[in-house]
Amino acid sequence: MNKKLLATPHIVWSVAFILIPLGMVLYYGLTDRTGAFTMAHIITIVTEEHAKALLLSIELSLISTIICFLLAYPLAMMLVNMNMSQHSFIVLIFILPMWMNFLLRTLAWQTLLEKTGVINSLLGFFHLPPLEIINTPTAIVLGMVYNFLPFMVLPLYNTLAKIDKNIINAARDLGAGTVQTFFRITLPLSIPGIISGVTMVFIPALTTFVISNLLGGSKILLIGNVIEQEFTQAGNWHLGSGLSIVLMIFIVINIIAEAIFDKQGEETAS
Amino acid sequence: MRDKLRKIYIALIFLFLYAPILTLIVLSFNASKTRAKWGGFTIKWYLSMFQNRAIMQALSNTLIIAFLSAFIATVIGVIACLSMQSMRRRGRALLMGVTNIPMLNADIVTGISLMLLFITLGVQFGFMTILLSHITFNIPYVILSVMPRMRQLNPSTYEAALDLGASHVQAFFKVTFPDILPGVLSGFLMAFTMSLDDFIITHFTKGPGIDTLSTKIYTEVKKGIKPEMYSLSTLIFITVLLLLFLVNRAPAGKKEKEVTL
Amino acid sequence: MGQQSAQFLIRSNIVRSRYPRAILLQYTQEESTVNKLIDLQNITKSFDNIVILDDMNLYIRENEFLTLLGPSGCGKTTTLRIIGGFETPDKGRVIFDGTDITATPPNKRQLNTVFQKYALFPHMNIGENIAFGLRIKKKSKSYIQDKIKYALKLVNLEGYETRMPDSLSGGQQQRIAIARAIVNEPKVLLLDEPLGALDLKLRQDMQYELIRLKNELGITFIYVTHDQEEALTMSDTIVVMNQGYIQQIGTPEKIYNEPENAFVADFIGDSNIIDATMVRDELVEILGARFACVDSGFGENRPVDVVIRPEDVELVSPEKGILQGVVSHIIFKGVHYEMEVMAGGFEWLVQSTKMFPVGTQIGIHVDPFNIQIMNKPVSEDEEAIGVNE
Repeated sequence: MNKKLLATPHIVWSVAFILIPLGMVLYYGLTDRTGAFTMAHIITIVTEEHAKALLLSIELSLISTIICFLLAYPLAMMLVNMNMSQHSFIVLIFILPMWMNFLLRTLAWQTLLEKTGVINSLLGFFHLPPLEIINTPTAIVLGMVYNFLPFMVLPLYNTLAKIDKNIINAARDLGAGTVQTFFRITLPLSIPGIISGVTMVFIPALTTFVISNLLGGSKILLIGNVIEQEFTQAGNWHLGSGLSIVLMIFIVINIIAEAIFDKQGEETAS
Repeated sequence: MRDKLRKIYIALIFLFLYAPILTLIVLSFNASKTRAKWGGFTIKWYLSMFQNRAIMQALSNTLIIAFLSAFIATVIGVIACLSMQSMRRRGRALLMGVTNIPMLNADIVTGISLMLLFITLGVQFGFMTILLSHITFNIPYVILSVMPRMRQLNPSTYEAALDLGASHVQAFFKVTFPDILPGVLSGFLMAFTMSLDDFIITHFTKGPGIDTLSTKIYTEVKKGIKPEMYSLSTLIFITVLLLLFLVNRAPAGKKEKEVTL
Repeated sequence: MGQQSAQFLIRSNIVRSRYPRAILLQYTQEESTVNKLIDLQNITKSFDNIVILDDMNLYIRENEFLTLLGPSGCGKTTTLRIIGGFETPDKGRVIFDGTDITATPPNKRQLNTVFQKYALFPHMNIGENIAFGLRIKKKSKSYIQDKIKYALKLVNLEGYETRMPDSLSGGQQQRIAIARAIVNEPKVLLLDEPLGALDLKLRQDMQYELIRLKNELGITFIYVTHDQEEALTMSDTIVVMNQGYIQQIGTPEKIYNEPENAFVADFIGDSNIIDATMVRDELVEILGARFACVDSGFGENRPVDVVIRPEDVELVSPEKGILQGVVSHIIFKGVHYEMEVMAGGFEWLVQSTKMFPVGTQIGIHVDPFNIQIMNKPVSEDEEAIGVNE
């Protein structure tokens, strides 16, 4: 029996449900209603309305990615240093929230952030000024950080846990202080984890339409919202596909960056 | 001192992650119909949710789709992993690259691409289109967790089984499969979770007549979420929590008898 | 893992179970008149309430090749890590060249470590690996370049500057790990089972290499291993450890020929360890027969352990032997035959270039100076009773 034949269902599936559908996005994005080739649906991104949405998306997702990184890196280091015997336990604790519906979890932030919500009641109790961030870009960033933080923590934790303790010890032994050891050894060795964490936060944040809908009060339009409306309300699939192609450019850049660093990681892995 | 700061930091992060969940659990016991006010403690939503046919229908759709898509993705994924072992490096890298697209790609793009496919093919939107889409994005999660196990396999054990007279199929089910089982199970569980939690792809590939919990919640957002949704989610969450707790404790209990639930 | 190490594991487990902790006592090192470079004073260390090192005292002289030898879990690696600064002792002090460095972090210590499995920095090439310590110390570029060249020449890997660590074989990585440590001109080089991951042939080559390096550099080596052959080949001084206690300290010859107790005798090489009675000075009764020996001062009619190395047992005709027996087993080992001889109710292990077939009636003779007499191990309680006598 030829083992390679066993891959047939998977290959057929991948072609039918991954490659062909992506081809359709390209086709719709690059044609008009008559089926003629056009770049109009892609160039439309420079119009004020679309460019504004895209730039705001990039801005908010970049901010979220940076916040996630800054929160997650120390956390991952602490978790690694805790020497937890059960690695799966850590993974579990971050995946567990997913069993509560993602929309409900995000909606719960409304309850927490509202003018008379839980957080403001607490702040009021301590005589602190109230937080008025609901229906602002800040609330969207918070929702992004909340939803995607686990995707930053897990890859960072995995790469940091893989670093041989003796490599850290060797750096100390050769005279490097704590700070030098971090910047010369730990940080460079965790780059593959950083790249994959950044990708896993940045892409969904850049393309979300749900978080902005739920926490932005439907007044703030991100590029995801524009595309979603083209498909579900305006019914203009060509324009929606064109804008999706623009998004895919970002995704492809990200994947290429990851592939490059992954290769380097493979080469240098001991 | 440093140790204390560390613990405080970790605790704050977990508070951040679990605060909304706690909120939802509290809301599920809220007698008032609106989220904004606390109307006293009640368990009436836990009783009325079973009477709500729309919610129960969405729940059963969600569970059936999650189970079927995870199961089919697991079968396809495991078979694919088996064959990828004997592929050449290039072919394997290419196939893995394509496999990973739904995981790396934005959900919205995956969703609209499948939507366009189904429209072009003239498939009627409904249960089938959701199921096909969920299988598609579940396959990479299965492969991702089975592949490392497969690589760790000692190829000699499979050959030893053949040497001792087993057929290829017997050798697979008696030797290879038990070895990769943990990876298969975690892949299935991951796929099940992903399917359960998905909203975006379902949003684009569902028909008007069918709802999963996610899409039902989304349509309710503007009208106001029915409190039964909170109680249902709480129930699901607590069930999973208890199951995981039991599973995690079971092997540990053998080693340390004094640890009890 | 090779067959050898597998055998070793089995052996060391047997050895350990035969000598339970209660009967082990701390060996006291002779006071030194020479300069002590490192002085470990009353070091105690435990992990999770398990005592790894118990009130250990040990000094290391300048320019010495000292080996910490013992089965796994004996505390040898912990001792090395305490010297290196990667562990802090619960009690006791580490004195380095007259200053107390117990609380000094590893990066401020004038010693360098060669780690188990090398621990090269995987994201840096060989040149950058070697330069690491010097760059931290902000040495000039030309100085660093010269040092890299010199170090690579010393370990016979000239021209490897731009290679990445994972493109090197285990033996080469090991040499780079040594080069990376010695460019910093440490006063002491700590080596933690550095040859453990290499195969037998490479290990033997590296042993000679290490001896050469030590002589060329003129610095102190502290070496940790569980391999007794490695220890005997390279060391000036061997410290035999078991379960956190030092069992004996001495030159390889001394450790091999005059083991202090049955554990040391058993751990270092093959040996016949037999219960015996010291009849009087220079006369010992072994398995009912009286043998002349050279030891004295054990008292009269005292129970003792004797150690006789298998190559020191002479097989003679039955009437010429002090003890009579029968050959029960024989294996050809290349240089010699290894036989088991049943005599006086004890199975003697004998190595001889002469061959005696199984079943041969035979006599056993041992030269007086080949009989090593040892005090029976005494537990602390029993010793206390002994004082009352």
